[in-house]
Amino acid sequence: MAMDSSVKKTTLKLVLLTLTMFGFGFAMVPLYDVFCEVTGINGKTNNTPYQYQTEKVTIDKSRTVTIQFVTNNNDKMGWDFYPKTTELKVHPGQLESVVFFAHNPSEQAMVAQAIPSITPFDAADYLHKTECFCFNQQRLTSGEKVDMPMRFVIDQALPKHIKKLTLSYTLFDVTPSHSN
Amino acid sequence: MSAVLEGHTTDHHHGPAKGLWRWVLTTNHKDIGTLYLWFSFAMFLFGGTMAFVIRAELFQPGMQIVDPNFFNQMTTMHGLVMVFGAVMPAFVGLANWMVPMMVGAPDMAMPRMNNWSFWILPFAFAMLSSTLFMEGGGPNFGWTFYAPLSTTYAPPSTVLFILSVHMMGISSIMGAINIIATVLNLRAPGMTLMKMPLFVWTWLITAFLLIAVMPVLAGVVTMMLMDISFGTSFFSAAGGGDPVLFQHVFWFFGHPEVYIMILPAFGVVSAIIPAFARKPLFGYTSMVYATASIAFLSFIVWAHHMFTVGMPITGELYFMYATMLIAVPTGVKVFNWITTMFKGALTFETPMLFAVAFVILFTIGGFSGLMLAIAPADFQYHDTYFVVAHFHYVLVPGAIFGIMAGVYYWLPKWTGYMYDETMGKVHFWLSFIGMNLAFFPMHFTGLAGMPRRIPDYALQFANFNMISSVGAFLFGFTQLLFLFIVIKCIMGGKKASAKPWEGAEGLEWMLPSPAPYHTFTTPPDVK
Ligand SMILES: [Cu+2]
Repeated sequence: MAMDSSVKKTTLKLVLLTLTMFGFGFAMVPLYDVFCEVTGINGKTNNTPYQYQTEKVTIDKSRTVTIQFVTNNNDKMGWDFYPKTTELKVHPGQLESVVFFAHNPSEQAMVAQAIPSITPFDAADYLHKTECFCFNQQRLTSGEKVDMPMRFVIDQALPKHIKKLTLSYTLFDVTPSHSN
Repeated sequence: MSAVLEGHTTDHHHGPAKGLWRWVLTTNHKDIGTLYLWFSFAMFLFGGTMAFVIRAELFQPGMQIVDPNFFNQMTTMHGLVMVFGAVMPAFVGLANWMVPMMVGAPDMAMPRMNNWSFWILPFAFAMLSSTLFMEGGGPNFGWTFYAPLSTTYAPPSTVLFILSVHMMGISSIMGAINIIATVLNLRAPGMTLMKMPLFVWTWLITAFLLIAVMPVLAGVVTMMLMDISFGTSFFSAAGGGDPVLFQHVFWFFGHPEVYIMILPAFGVVSAIIPAFARKPLFGYTSMVYATASIAFLSFIVWAHHMFTVGMPITGELYFMYATMLIAVPTGVKVFNWITTMFKGALTFETPMLFAVAFVILFTIGGFSGLMLAIAPADFQYHDTYFVVAHFHYVLVPGAIFGIMAGVYYWLPKWTGYMYDETMGKVHFWLSFIGMNLAFFPMHFTGLAGMPRRIPDYALQFANFNMISSVGAFLFGFTQLLFLFIVIKCIMGGKKASAKPWEGAEGLEWMLPSPAPYHTFTTPPDVK
């Protein structure tokens, strides 16, 4: 039976709709990231270094914010990983520095990636890291220990109701052979 | 089956080919409808067998029959098989049989593609089922296959699972395109959109939902495949991805999917209730608009499945209120069905029994859905048996009772014989008792804190679980009676007239019973 042209037209439109929706599924990936970044939902912080310009920044001495550092190991990640300072009182605008310790107790060299997250979520946009071990993967040989610096500044525009924030890092094993 | 072929044909077309090849090569919408319905019933029994394994293990606390990994494969495959193998193909089967007849078309718009969309399915499910026998077992991550359970921690057979989901998706999309093309282009002259039976309307809207979300499902499994095989990190936090993203994409498909499984049942019930109340359907236009609103809303409520992932409060509130809004068009529908019955000359033949049970029990499932939509309360209900109770109430006496109601209602038209009314009623009452016994206690075990998808549980849940298992076995075995009734009806019985139901409306009842192999080769006159 020959397809009449109206059926052909409808089918063509519907096939196009199908392809569009397949594309939309993939478009949800960047859309989701953009949405999370713009709104700061999900505690996602920027993973590129922040440019700190001393002459432009005023330190807000009238305000003190507590920042806590938390670390977790994902799944079977066997490294020792902890912050050397667990809590700090800082003034917004002041550049601060802390050190995280990592140790690879295993028999082989391993590569790790730390993924940061901030609570409360609406503070995520106001924590700027000028330097962080999470910007890059960390490679440690068997038994190697390392002190990893993290420098940050809290924005003066941090909403007034936020008095305490928590920065947490989860450490993932990304050694190439475990690439599953 | 040969009974379908008997009866004189009013046109000069040849009948069906002989033998098995008829079914392989057929492009006839009635044959393909029959294939879909039988396939769906086979999958219903297969998925039911897995439910038996689950309920046997849960009959008593403690680990008795299967190991936990196999138990997880059973819950996963039960869900997948019932959703994609039993419910969806059954509705496509009903659509194949009825939509062309209801709009006065000679066949589906693309008969050859129709053949393809069916024949993909047996291969997809053969592949999916074969994973159960592979090393590492079949899918064991739940029918929602959340990453990273379905990526990092998945069995090796997951690649085949992904392939079979792709095939099911292609089948559904082709079926949906065919239905839309038929409804939009092949209607008999005079059959305006607002004269179409509601079953056609609900299927038209369902077909659009399928085309909108099945590609998204295809997208999400493709991303999984890339994460598993090509080292991408869509859902892996270590590489900059996000497992929560999986849930967003999945439920963008998943919520409309639940309406895909219920809207056609709304259509079936909207045909049956007026027929047995001997009154026209109350509020036809509002029914059409309510269906369309439900379909629209289904796209903007997905994250109500994710209240506990750590969404900000504004998100929780938005998804809570948007979800509750769905109760409005659904309430309109329930109101219309009840008003149709009000002061009608009601009789309760088997299709009507199933339809009335549908209205009552689906509403119960709707109410527990409203409870789940309340974000703060959901923190208690999330991932408990309360959720299991909720979606089984909307799917078993909802989707499945809708399908069974439709089968009893149209069986005389398909076979030319009346089914055995007494046995039909026995089937209904045993199913009704069995399913309530199986699923009602789950509300209580869920509220008391029993988590879903576990092979063992605390002693306090023992009694209710035993009742659930007894009910499940009763419901399951009763379906063999259904099989018997249908076969008996195909073999013969009291001859059915062209319109065996006094109050029935629609073009299909203008045709003789059984419906000839080719119908409406010249379009009917629609008043
Ligand atoms: Cu939903």
